[in-house]
Amino acid sequence: MDVQKIRNDFPILQRKVNGKPLVYFDNAATSQTPIQVIDTIVDYYKNYNANIHRGVHTLSQEATELYELARQKIQKHFNAAQAHEIIFTSGTTHSINIVSNGYAQILSKGDEVIVSALEHHSNIVPWQMMCEKTGAVLKVIPMNEDGVLIMEEYDQLLSNTTKLVFVNHVSNALGTVNPIEEIITKAHAVGAEVLIDGAQASPHIKADVQALDVDYYVTSAHKLCGPTGVGMLYGKQSALNRLPPYQGGGEMIAEVTFEKTTYADLPHKFEAGTPNIAGGIGFGAALDYLNTIGMEEIAAYEEQLLKYATTALNNIPGVKIYGVAPQKTAVISFNVTGIHPYDIGSILDQLGIAVRTGHHCAQPIMDFYQIPGTVRASFSFYNTFQEIDSMVEALKKAIQMLQ
Amino acid sequence: METINAVQQEIVEEFSMFDDWMQRYEYMIELGKSLPLIDPQYKTEDNIIKGCQSKVWVHADLEDNKLIFTADSDAIITKGIIAILIRVYSHQHPDAILEADTAFIDKIGLKEHLSPTRANGLVSMIKQLKMYAIAFKTQLN
Repeated sequence: MDVQKIRNDFPILQRKVNGKPLVYFDNAATSQTPIQVIDTIVDYYKNYNANIHRGVHTLSQEATELYELARQKIQKHFNAAQAHEIIFTSGTTHSINIVSNGYAQILSKGDEVIVSALEHHSNIVPWQMMCEKTGAVLKVIPMNEDGVLIMEEYDQLLSNTTKLVFVNHVSNALGTVNPIEEIITKAHAVGAEVLIDGAQASPHIKADVQALDVDYYVTSAHKLCGPTGVGMLYGKQSALNRLPPYQGGGEMIAEVTFEKTTYADLPHKFEAGTPNIAGGIGFGAALDYLNTIGMEEIAAYEEQLLKYATTALNNIPGVKIYGVAPQKTAVISFNVTGIHPYDIGSILDQLGIAVRTGHHCAQPIMDFYQIPGTVRASFSFYNTFQEIDSMVEALKKAIQMLQ
Repeated sequence: METINAVQQEIVEEFSMFDDWMQRYEYMIELGKSLPLIDPQYKTEDNIIKGCQSKVWVHADLEDNKLIFTADSDAIITKGIIAILIRVYSHQHPDAILEADTAFIDKIGLKEHLSPTRANGLVSMIKQLKMYAIAFKTQLN
């Protein structure tokens, strides 16, 4: 993997921030976009822009073909059995809401839904809302000090009243890779379905939805070098057919009379209205880009970045890293004794280094550690060891100023 | 006591002495250290200013018809920001606080160099100080 060559694909990496070269370590929030993806989107608007699935004219047909080709690329990447099992959405949160809203009509009082202690707010709130509506009960798999889920507790929570288990593949706040294979197998053993949030995993790990035998898997394109505002809901055909539609509108219907509307087949049942066509096509281009480099190469390189940065940060007195699971993606959440994470983030920004500070939309995790938040540095395959050195130098300077 | 305008002008001049924002941050951190600290008994949930991502507590007392502000924060840059505001608004009559404009903040470029969340926090802090002024003004009348 030639990192310098890869960096040339990302125009934004050339820019300066506060007079300093940008060091972008907020990849877990959103990844940067390579020129190949940008060009694809520009090309779409320049040459193919039309509404899809409707027009008889050439542009509409070409746009439809490009959009459906993107769906097939996603299908292939995640190894879904069929293209119509891939639903285009506006992103992970939308995908999750399609499932939780559907479940709100399926669940009844006393049914149980299990989530993990490592969830993003977007994985907690929709289920709380759904439980309020249905009288179902929300159970939480706790985590230990290392940021690892306590699987013995999970075993205890499972029962024949469990209807759905919802866990992220990778924690956004800590980078922990969860044992989703085991979680899925055990949930299926009691007859529950499983929804996996792959938003943080998909930039680093290629999930094979058939091998996982997962019922639903969701992610956002902007986490994996694609555009914002587009994502996917993968669902097994049988699961998606059972799930009631989410929004009413054009595209999602088969026949409409004032007496009754029959819904369209998959995937259109869940794709009401004109979709983010350019976004979907850009999503496909992003997967092409990643697969050209190779997901395994990406993961191996990011692993080296993670190790290098972990060692360097641990060498700075006062630094405490949160989340030390043996299986982690390239994310480091940390604090420095006696210094507020926002202060560190502000000084690092002045030095051109973009990190995330705060609770990372995962307040339950921060409550667990009894901290207001952390500084989170998250790495991508276009980052370098020198950039980590720059961050370490900047951090030392920040500590000097703030202590 | 100097007028609010005079104090604001002083602060603008102090900030203009620095060439870059790292130095201004260093100065803000220094200012934070001279913040008149709030009595621990007032560090309650009620006194936390909403809209700030780090915690900021503010308390006000009335002495000789003037408001005396004390505060604290768990983040040191935030402490510097509230210290600047308190330097401007403390020891002033509620009417003067309510009449004062906030143009000095734009003049020192504070907002552009704060993250949007912190800039929102800054607005909330000013609002809170003015709320105290309104409350005490009613008492005076």
